Amino acid sequence: MFRYIVRRFLYIIPMLIGISSLSFFIMQLAPGDALTTMSLSPDISDEVLNAMRARFWLDQPPHMQYIKWVQQLLKGDMGHSFLWHAPVTWVISQRIFNSLLLTSVSTVFAWIIAIPIGIHSAVNQYSWSDKLLTFVAFIGVAIPTWFFGLLLLYFTVSRGWGFPVGGMTSIDFVDFTFWEKVADLGKHMFLPTLVLTTGSVAGLMRYMRSNLLDVLRQDFVTTARAKGLSNRVVIYKHAVRNAINPLITIFGYQLGSLLSGAALTEIVMNWPGIGSLMLNAVQGKDYYLVMGNLIIGSVMLILGNLVSDILLAVSDPRIRYE
Amino acid sequence: MARTMTEPEKNGGDIVYGDGGAIRSPLRMAWRKLKRHKLAMVGMWVLIFLHLFAIFAGFFAPYSELTTDRRRTNHSPTKVHFISPEGKLTRPFIYGHTRTDTLRNIYEEDTSQVYPIRFFVRGDKYKILWFETDLRLFGVDSPAKIYLLGADRYGRDIFSRLAYGGRRSLFIGIIGLVVSMSIGLVYGGISGYFGGWVDNLMMRVAEVIISIPSFYLLLALSAVLPPSLGSTERFIMITFILAFIGWAGLARVIRGMVLSIRQQDFVTAAEAVGCSQPRVIIRHILPNTMSYIIVNATLSIPGFILSEAGLSLIGVGIQHPDASWGNMLSEALNLTSLTRYPWLLVPGFVIFITVLSYSFFGDGIRDAFDPRAQT
Repeated sequence: MFRYIVRRFLYIIPMLIGISSLSFFIMQLAPGDALTTMSLSPDISDEVLNAMRARFWLDQPPHMQYIKWVQQLLKGDMGHSFLWHAPVTWVISQRIFNSLLLTSVSTVFAWIIAIPIGIHSAVNQYSWSDKLLTFVAFIGVAIPTWFFGLLLLYFTVSRGWGFPVGGMTSIDFVDFTFWEKVADLGKHMFLPTLVLTTGSVAGLMRYMRSNLLDVLRQDFVTTARAKGLSNRVVIYKHAVRNAINPLITIFGYQLGSLLSGAALTEIVMNWPGIGSLMLNAVQGKDYYLVMGNLIIGSVMLILGNLVSDILLAVSDPRIRYE
Repeated sequence: MARTMTEPEKNGGDIVYGDGGAIRSPLRMAWRKLKRHKLAMVGMWVLIFLHLFAIFAGFFAPYSELTTDRRRTNHSPTKVHFISPEGKLTRPFIYGHTRTDTLRNIYEEDTSQVYPIRFFVRGDKYKILWFETDLRLFGVDSPAKIYLLGADRYGRDIFSRLAYGGRRSLFIGIIGLVVSMSIGLVYGGISGYFGGWVDNLMMRVAEVIISIPSFYLLLALSAVLPPSLGSTERFIMITFILAFIGWAGLARVIRGMVLSIRQQDFVTAAEAVGCSQPRVIIRHILPNTMSYIIVNATLSIPGFILSEAGLSLIGVGIQHPDASWGNMLSEALNLTSLTRYPWLLVPGFVIFITVLSYSFFGDGIRDAFDPRAQT
């Protein structure tokens, strides 16, 4: 197991080389370079532009730019953001917490809500509550999260529900006491969290329901019932534990997309996270920021995958990695 | 309806018992099962209707997608009346409107002006296949205008733009799917067929693409497109970008299937009786992946549609003035517009209905092709 984990970690290195060179290549395809927008400004002289080109190696051939960039990356420096006039690592670190806060809170809520609902639905299959829940879940899966977000925004504003729309904090946030700050943040988080949670509850609940239904049909459940165990013990100690196992893969995927998964929702709901940062970076041709986001997002995805594989092996003795 | 026959049936010289099972191809069997799936059939008919609506956009839409009207910006949906001012039931008609508030764009009906809705009228010219015509399903006499679902901020009819936008939003899904499916089939087929280091290398390349968050990759790729691109070129490029994101996952699954099918007895048997390798692949291995491909195709089209809509919504996909369901919604991102003119949200409902129909239809297809599913 330990050797497997080490090997998987080593395997990340060639993946990162592939990912970074692919994203570098894509950014090279884009017309113009990061300084094109700046060069249009009459305030910036050609000397300054040329000096900047030299400083960020934009005057060198692409492969040299890539090598320089990788050398810097190894030192923990992801380059310079031309939009923000600051190091990329600083810009990203400003936003990373916001995104993680939103996505992790919604993920936790989604699991707390979806698992019991899924169990209830499977245990009471074809009851009216199961039919209703399945129907609602079907709609929840089909409705695009950003559209649900827009609908919520519309009702919030036109019905005067009193939740702030857009942003993460109020203007006078700095003057608040600690608990006021928490309350303010909670209010701002409510709508985007609701959108993200609803989206994943629907999917998770359907998985949980179908997994549990599969497990309930298996022989060991019949055996457990034949032994005379109570319904509660059969379901919660035997069936549910086995049904949750396959969900670990989904958990790994969600873990991996904590950073990148909510991008559209963030943009629509005006949440200052990584997603909106990425959109601005792409629109402003801020190469290094785009690359930095791509790399960090990919590392998260790969790590999430790795964690789910390890968790699967730990929880399921039938899975063995040599 | 299941056809049950107790007496022997003549069929091309062979005597077949039961309901003629011997003559039923897998596709036909799947179709019979699908027909029994009510939700799937509902989904199918909704989809057929939506696609026809988009293909014959020029006929169904009263105006062209680019027709603007400065005097009717953000016009509210026109009410269609059936009861005449005298209280009698008449042919459908609308009243003329006057703008009572130019700042907030509030329009009121002027009951002195009555405009009957005319069917099969001559309107703006449009091209359908190779013909040029100006026949439209319905319309009203000028100077009135009919806005069934309201107008956007340039006074463009949302109903018409929905029809024209469907051409891009619906077909980007199908074309994108066909392209990525073809790449995935060839790539996965080669990888699974050759195995060894070729397989290893090809799969690592595919994994690089899978490991990048797809929405970020979409964003980065759409940044590559120059703003000067024409609308057709842009549509093609967006389709290819979506296909570029989608093929890797498919290739990985198809490679896995090819690998496992290659080891089955019937493949060994086919090789043993002297079938050539291309014949083994085309006649024996690939047909076994077909049901997976059909199921996967229907279930992954919504993903393509949603990606396009998302990109266009935030302004990096299909660009104005071309309509797409995504970029029609982008006006709703402005909170003031959203609350004053809620009919801007209509394209979102259409996207929702499309995705829902595809998933109903896809579920039906999956059950129909699943040999374990009970009939």
